[in-house]
Amino acid sequence: MSVPQLRLGTRRALWAYTFLFVPLLFYIAIRLGPAFSSLYISLHEWNLISPSKPFVGLQNFRLLARDPRFVQAAVNTVRYVLVGIPVQMALGLAVALLLQRINRFRGLFRALYFMPFVTPIVAAAWVWQWMYSESFGPLNEILATVGLPLQPFLRNPGQALYAVAAMIIWQYLGFQIVIFLAGLEAIPRVYYEAAEVDGASGWRLFRHITVPLLNPTLVFSVVYGTIVFLQLFTQVLNMTFGDQGGPLAGTLTVVLYVYQLGFQRFMMGEAAAATAVLFVAILGITLLQIRVLSKPVEY
Amino acid sequence: MRYVFAAATVAALVLTLAGIGAGLQQVTITYWQYFFASKVKLVDDLVKQFEAQNSGIQVVHENFPYDAYNQKVASAVSAGQGPDVINLFYGWVPLYVDSGYLQALPAEAFSPMEIERDFVPMVKNSRFDGKYWALPTAVRSLALFYNADLLRAADIGRPPITWDEFLTAAQRTTVRDAAGRLTTEGFGVSPAGQDHQLIREVLFRQWGVAPYSADGRRVTYATAQGAEAFKWYTDLISQHKVGVIDFFPGGNGYRDAFMAGRAGMIVDGSFAVGSIRAGTKAGWGVTELPRRTLGGEPSNFGSYWVHGLTVHAQGARRDAAIKFLKFLTSEQVQRLWLQQVGELPASRKLVNDPQLAADAIYGPFIRGLAYARATFFVDESAQRQVLVDAVNEVVVNNKSPRQALDEAAAKEQKILDEFWKKHPAK
Repeated sequence: MSVPQLRLGTRRALWAYTFLFVPLLFYIAIRLGPAFSSLYISLHEWNLISPSKPFVGLQNFRLLARDPRFVQAAVNTVRYVLVGIPVQMALGLAVALLLQRINRFRGLFRALYFMPFVTPIVAAAWVWQWMYSESFGPLNEILATVGLPLQPFLRNPGQALYAVAAMIIWQYLGFQIVIFLAGLEAIPRVYYEAAEVDGASGWRLFRHITVPLLNPTLVFSVVYGTIVFLQLFTQVLNMTFGDQGGPLAGTLTVVLYVYQLGFQRFMMGEAAAATAVLFVAILGITLLQIRVLSKPVEY
Repeated sequence: MRYVFAAATVAALVLTLAGIGAGLQQVTITYWQYFFASKVKLVDDLVKQFEAQNSGIQVVHENFPYDAYNQKVASAVSAGQGPDVINLFYGWVPLYVDSGYLQALPAEAFSPMEIERDFVPMVKNSRFDGKYWALPTAVRSLALFYNADLLRAADIGRPPITWDEFLTAAQRTTVRDAAGRLTTEGFGVSPAGQDHQLIREVLFRQWGVAPYSADGRRVTYATAQGAEAFKWYTDLISQHKVGVIDFFPGGNGYRDAFMAGRAGMIVDGSFAVGSIRAGTKAGWGVTELPRRTLGGEPSNFGSYWVHGLTVHAQGARRDAAIKFLKFLTSEQVQRLWLQQVGELPASRKLVNDPQLAADAIYGPFIRGLAYARATFFVDESAQRQVLVDAVNEVVVNNKSPRQALDEAAAKEQKILDEFWKKHPAK
């Protein structure tokens, strides 16, 4: 019996598959497996300690729908996206366009804007928490100096969510700028030159060349940014550490609530149900964004 | 030289034989607790002492990070594994009893009558169906920490005894800057810290309201007097403005502010003594929680960690585990626990020991134990949230204290109903 000789290309592909298979196994074991088991858990009354974990169908989902705290967490999470994404996109694109115009110190500015993104999140959240402090924070110091009324920021349910969103926008801005810059660089100069020959300038160049050709980058940025906001946890937990989720749940997010349900109150069934809801929401919103926003252009 | 060698050989032989002999009847039991440096060190020492006194019993001491403790225990339970003796927060015990993981303490070794005679009253919380399921070595209570330097500077001669005196002291130590910002709090408020316990077990009771029915099934604090007690607390923030929530950010911000000399007084547990002692620069002291009137009813909140016997301890291991449990809850160990961990003894006798009660720092906590109650929580974090939210409804949303308290009671009743629906018998 002789082993049939494989062509070199086939052998190489086999090797590649073999190596790809290992991380795939790992992925199945630590990502997909638990994800499916959490779907299973969501259909059971699953107290962390209790030995009896009866099947309860959709009861956990019904409980969540009637739980005002979960509803508020869901509404808050959507608000984070609605506030955060437009601001983040506008600022990111504006800074990227400005950076593209300068030649000196471009690298320095890019590095400076990128720095928050590589700062440890927990440390940054604690610093921001102090910046918002009514008694000791520099923001209120400025307000006091110019004679404006002091603001409670994180201590007020009406302001807290925006205060946290601002921190996240700051944190991810550099990342968005770098992505936008790469997208802008990829637009061939000849389109601009041709348009200028035809007498177009300023806004019209931006509107008819930059925006359409930047579309794939924009779609990626919106989708990525949205997922970041939908999965918000660390920043919220650390910026409102004493009363987790802010005064009267003003900053509470779905993921933080999942943590509280599962690991502080041991109600794994409801926590798993909430993650299932979040999973469907993220999937739905992402598909919708890709469908609505993607506009392939060909010049 | 030869003699020395021979003697050593004989000695080694004897020791080996003795070891084999002991090995024949060796029982190994396992003890679990969460990681807390001073507790881990003490228990390691105690295990050595216990093993020396009880040849033939070997104790394996294992510990896990606090945050992972419940998950670790839960996975051990569902896998049918785990320790013979386990350390649990008193509030979790109902859940563990219910899951069938704990066995009742045998009445021969731990008679309920003796327990109630020998242990501080709050330990009764660990009795279900007429049986005890776990016992503590140490307990914790609340007291008022004060910054002696700030009180002296405000010309206050002695720490407050009544809540009126407390308010005066708080007002006089509160400092604001030109812009109206608080720079020193008179009272370091923290509803999510210990203040929700203060409201529940101290203020309500001193205003003549029992927070819950005797069987723990009904919320009973939403009365006119309850609302008055609650208003007294929220007034500290919204009327007298002697403190703000999150003055220093973070979960222990009130304690950090106190240690930084930025809070005149805080209500905190005996477990805070260690960090306050290590981190406070100003002169400070501890006094019993104030009362409503001079000579009025004292009240306090207590909590504790217990050691329970799991269903894994059977046969010879059960006997060994019972011995170890007796040892862990003995007065001798309780004394060491106070000295080395800083947690208060659970024995009535030690609590009444005049020498301990006279201790400048631990004394007020120890005296507080005599009248401390441990709330029967069914879902501690959710029940805490209800009261924290009620305080915020008043101080942030300007709701009336009465309305906020009524709403809180309705929410907390729902949590209790949910629990009792599933656990018909306590």
